[in-house]
Amino acid sequence: MQLLKGEKEEILACVKEVLGENSKTHENLIPILQQVQKKLGYLPALAMDKIAEGLKVPAVDIFSLVTFYNQFRLNPPGKHEIKVCMGTACYMTGGDITLESFERRMGINEGETSLDRHYSLDRVACVGCCTLAPVAVIDDEVEGKVTPTRVDGIMLALEEDREDNAIEKSGPKVGAEDE
Amino acid sequence: MSKSDPQSIYENIKREARLRVESRQEKPLIMVGTATCGVAAGAMQVKEDFAREIDDKGLDAEVIEVGCIGHCYAEPLAIIAKPGFPPVCYGNLDDGLVHRLVEDFLAGDDPSYEYAMAALERNDEFPTFEDFPRGVYEEKLILEHCGYADFSKIESYVARDGYSALAKALSEDPKLVLEEVKEANLRGRGGAGFPAGKKWEACLNNGKDEIYVICNGDEGDPGAFMDRSVLESDPHLVLEGMILCAYAVGAKQGYLYIRAEYPRAVEHVRKAIEQARTKGFLGSSILGTNFSFDLEVFQGSGAFICGEATALVNSMEGRTGMPESRPPRLVQQGFRGKPTVLNNVKTFAYVPLIINKGAEWFKSIGTPESPGTAVFSLVGKINNTGLVEVPMGTTLRQLIEEVGDGLPEGSQFKAVQIGGPSGGCLPESALDVPIDFDSLHEAGAIMGSGGLVVMDQEDCMVAVARFFLEFTQNESCGKCTFCRLGTKHMLDILTDITRGEGDLETLEHLKELSEDVRDGSLCNLGRTAPNPVLTTLRYFYDEYKAHVEEGRCPALVCRDLILYYIKPAKCSKLCNVCVGSCPTEAIYTRDDGLKAIDQEKCVKCDNCRKACPTEYDAVLRLSPPVLPGEKERKAK
Repeated sequence: MQLLKGEKEEILACVKEVLGENSKTHENLIPILQQVQKKLGYLPALAMDKIAEGLKVPAVDIFSLVTFYNQFRLNPPGKHEIKVCMGTACYMTGGDITLESFERRMGINEGETSLDRHYSLDRVACVGCCTLAPVAVIDDEVEGKVTPTRVDGIMLALEEDREDNAIEKSGPKVGAEDE
Repeated sequence: MSKSDPQSIYENIKREARLRVESRQEKPLIMVGTATCGVAAGAMQVKEDFAREIDDKGLDAEVIEVGCIGHCYAEPLAIIAKPGFPPVCYGNLDDGLVHRLVEDFLAGDDPSYEYAMAALERNDEFPTFEDFPRGVYEEKLILEHCGYADFSKIESYVARDGYSALAKALSEDPKLVLEEVKEANLRGRGGAGFPAGKKWEACLNNGKDEIYVICNGDEGDPGAFMDRSVLESDPHLVLEGMILCAYAVGAKQGYLYIRAEYPRAVEHVRKAIEQARTKGFLGSSILGTNFSFDLEVFQGSGAFICGEATALVNSMEGRTGMPESRPPRLVQQGFRGKPTVLNNVKTFAYVPLIINKGAEWFKSIGTPESPGTAVFSLVGKINNTGLVEVPMGTTLRQLIEEVGDGLPEGSQFKAVQIGGPSGGCLPESALDVPIDFDSLHEAGAIMGSGGLVVMDQEDCMVAVARFFLEFTQNESCGKCTFCRLGTKHMLDILTDITRGEGDLETLEHLKELSEDVRDGSLCNLGRTAPNPVLTTLRYFYDEYKAHVEEGRCPALVCRDLILYYIKPAKCSKLCNVCVGSCPTEAIYTRDDGLKAIDQEKCVKCDNCRKACPTEYDAVLRLSPPVLPGEKERKAK
């Protein structure tokens, strides 16, 4: 994922702030990663490098942690985050069908963010609302009984939001810079 | 008795708490269940509706949030406690019903029993939850106050004698706490059932300088939410249990490891810790004694394996959560290399009750080998989904048919999956197995952490086994070869079977491989991962056979083995519903006005079958996937 203009500075500032607030011990590594992700929404490669430098551990250790735990993400979340529950009850009532429907409509796969960063799609283990299965979480709102028809309805609402946006901010975002 | 002994300090705190709680009871109190499940069903909206309606009417009533009462099928729920009436619980709330309740019950004096689920206290007017069929079997120990008390205020816990077990213990020798827990034969509720007292004692004997107490709240099983409910709805009960344990073993610092997916539980526990510190139940010189202990929350980062004790400790130390070989056990060498007691959320929650009521009382519930209760989350094809607590020794049949009120109409029982991805699928014939650690193990399942999923004729056992294996395969940490590669191969074989590929020999291979993975893995993730496969092979062999020999999925689930077909004789020219429902425009109108499916475009999403009006019921699933026309062609 390419960084947009200004993001590099934002990442550096954020890592510096979090490192300043925590003692730089190995035991604090996971809390530090959690805090950075909370602020940035994900863990860009640059942030992992800087944390490694700060804690004086090899960058590969950080990368191994980040890829081991499901909570950490390597790509930025979309403006709208869609998570499809894949718990037992949801699976049995067609959670995979729901996930597939989202993939088809968004043109991305599970675990990805659309290039314009409007959507990201993920699966979650279980959100504990088994009575509403199949469940999808749309920007922290739990939607129950998500059939392919409901997926289309949800997508319609999210697409409308994009159109509103286009009018507000004329011109596409440009100036992506390489890290 | 001096003024500074723990008992009198506690009595003072309790008196104050009681006064505060009683002063709130003078006006109507509306308790809205806002655990994660309630919020998902719209509890926050209900809470707002109540507040607005009360405001509009200018009434003096308070709306508060409570946890989960376990009747998840009727969410969103609220309890209305109005002075002069028994507290009444209402389910399936919406704005209309809220309006009505405020107008009739709060403003007027009509409790609107026609909308009520149950009263919470015995009375002459309306039945209570104990009068429900499930009430006969249920025995709530650790869930007793979940959903009935304000979790956000320590007063509500103290007012009902909360922390009295701590005050009692602190006035006596720490050994007595240990003796009581040992005597009660409290077995660990994380799944394995190791006696908690023995664990504590071992730790005490090893502890020279530092000992840690850790609460395992990394409940990772899909479909299980008992620990979450307890942590969200009654956090102080768990804290008190941990403090008692710390007193017994002489620990100064403890941690609650809570998974990242439970933000509300983390929030509630953090708040509870803060309150307990303020009241002097945590921190230095607890209740005026020289015993000091403090607690912190450590947030997990989403890895199923971290429910395993050594992996959890590794994760807390900032490493990848990989299990270690034991010995040394955690009680010898745990967190930071020091002796560590690690117990499940529910195990700790029982401790205050045991100290207060005694080991004999605890042993009078459940079975001699597994005393106490078991907490289950009931999900799947069952009428009363939710959280239940029953004495050990209750049979699965009682749990499903009585407590869960059986299966919905049209559903036929096929299997019950117990113990999550590490558990097994048990058939009808195993339903009379009593629920306790040892009997379930014999039947091929495990107690696990308590997820219970009921399945009917529309669930394919091969697909279910594949689902659980996909989960464990994904979560395998990669340390042991058998778990890392073996589960991958098993998954490949199962995927082939769901496509109708393979033969009887394949099934033999699958069984052998399952046994090898079970025997060749270090931790319980690998050792139990084959359970869903082994139990389904054992009890549902015919279903596997139908897949590989006939290319047929009897439950009509496996998508490579079914196709969707609109039966012309049932279809109507006057109806167009399925055409619009299809997300891939695979349904077209034939020249004669009836509908048909373009098999090339169909993604088998089941939408058209759901959309087709019941009076036609024209969309069929066929397995093996052969169209009626093709069959005739082939016959020629």
